[in-house]
Amino acid sequence: MRDAFVARLLERATADPRIMLITADLGFGVLTRFAEALPRQYLNVGVAEQNLAAVATGMALEGHVVFTYSIGNFPTLRCLEQLRNDACYHGAAVKSVAIGGGFSYGPLGFSHFATEDLAILRALPGMTVVAPGDLWEAEESVDALIAAPGPAYLRLDKSSAGRTNAAGEGFALGRSRRVRDGGDVTLVACGGILGDAVAAADALAGEGLRCRVLSMHTLTPVDGAGLAAACAETGGLVTIEEHVVSGGLGGAVAEHCLEHGLRPRAFARLGLRGEFATTVGGQAYLRDVYGMGRTAIMAAARDIAARK
Amino acid sequence: MDTRALARRIRVHALRMVNRGGSSHIGSIFSEADVLAVLYGAVLRVDPARPDWPDRDRFVLSKGHAGAGVYAALAERGFFPVEWLDTHCADGSRLSGHVSHKGVPGVELSTGSLGHGLPVCGGMAYAAKLAGKTHRVFCLLSDGECDEGSNWEAAMFAAHHRLDNLVAVVDYNKIQSLAPVADTLRLEPFADKWRSFGWEAREVDGHDHDALRAAFGASRDRPVVVIAHTVKGRGVSFMENSVLWHYRTPRDAEYDAALAELTAAAP
Repeated sequence: MRDAFVARLLERATADPRIMLITADLGFGVLTRFAEALPRQYLNVGVAEQNLAAVATGMALEGHVVFTYSIGNFPTLRCLEQLRNDACYHGAAVKSVAIGGGFSYGPLGFSHFATEDLAILRALPGMTVVAPGDLWEAEESVDALIAAPGPAYLRLDKSSAGRTNAAGEGFALGRSRRVRDGGDVTLVACGGILGDAVAAADALAGEGLRCRVLSMHTLTPVDGAGLAAACAETGGLVTIEEHVVSGGLGGAVAEHCLEHGLRPRAFARLGLRGEFATTVGGQAYLRDVYGMGRTAIMAAARDIAARK
Repeated sequence: MDTRALARRIRVHALRMVNRGGSSHIGSIFSEADVLAVLYGAVLRVDPARPDWPDRDRFVLSKGHAGAGVYAALAERGFFPVEWLDTHCADGSRLSGHVSHKGVPGVELSTGSLGHGLPVCGGMAYAAKLAGKTHRVFCLLSDGECDEGSNWEAAMFAAHHRLDNLVAVVDYNKIQSLAPVADTLRLEPFADKWRSFGWEAREVDGHDHDALRAAFGASRDRPVVVIAHTVKGRGVSFMENSVLWHYRTPRDAEYDAALAELTAAAP
């Protein structure tokens, strides 16, 4: 996802000198091509995330479209007030990009787990929040965020999540994608864990349980039409996120449904609950440990189907 | 514009605003008033008729709590009607106690949380360099604000990129929120800190208009910090060098006495 993002950004920046890429000293080997091809549009501010967000704002106020780049919580929580006061309050075109959503850096321990970022960033007024589910969405997000005014958060997954797009399919912020169709249960996923949701849906199809899979790549704004259809046409919703359930995808879906009179017959949220992840391991392993991987998704879907 | 007269008008406006609005920070506003007057009266290239003129100099008040001083300076320069100042901190006003840009022509950046201005100015100055523009970026900080580490990230950034179009001005009035700076978190040797970060540091009497004006001249190859030695509460005898007037609102007899001193002062 990271490489797909950088490649598309380089393509766009080559044609648009307003676009800047600023890193806080991360992206070893990944940003080299961009830095060499467009040295005037690339900047490494050093290990200084407050300055990263503030310099980005200053440049955005002068007409640039600025992508900031770092990993985990560094370009978000570390400089949260700079994003709030500087970027968001001024409506500046600062696109904060975090590599390593969720457990991408699973072996490195809790400091590198980005598992509250979506909820926290979603609370910032004016902030578009996007967590692509696959490589295609990651690439399309770049175009969409350049076109959208104002600040945004782009949460990328370190794992390669393949491509789930159909030929000729269009991408729009705030419009979820129906990656699998079915009427029994809807699996709503955001981020690279979409891959587990698709795998679960395919396995459940073998059991005769037909799952709809929505890729809810945009959390702000959330796709109300997609949720309304899912509530009306399927037996219930399961939200799946590599993140705490409060305030993230599960929170966003729950808020939207209640406020808009949508009544899924059953509803379950998969994700971290009330704890920090303390176990160490690969991303797929940790998804299983913390009950959001394929096995857990299948169990939740069966449970929802049984409650119909 | 006569900068000394402008400074006095800023102080009188601010005293009225803080009194009416029941707000605070009058000591911090009085200490910065001469810096603001010299900048807005004689240094900044700005055009009140075109607040968004691309080639204007940028000014950011990083010590946002002293925003009444900037509002007063902008009103005096004609960016908006002086009558707006009467609404400071009132219900529904666009003039908040900490400086805000929304609906206020001439304000570049909304601040209030300390340590934000200089880093954003670093981005503005870097963008100007990239674009080959010659305007300058000025940022006014408080001394207590220099406790914030984000300023030192910005200081390193500006020096590394040799942003000679960037000027930081520190209103060094020696008193922060609860106690003297020297008793809270020592800044000295202050000028040496900036110099060791790669800046050109100029120390001046922050109430001497000629000295300030000279200190705002351009550097050849690096960012400049003007350390303006000031007196908190400057201009009103019983407010000078007093911690009390960081937060206290001048009321009744105090207000009358302060106004009398300011209006009696020459010129």
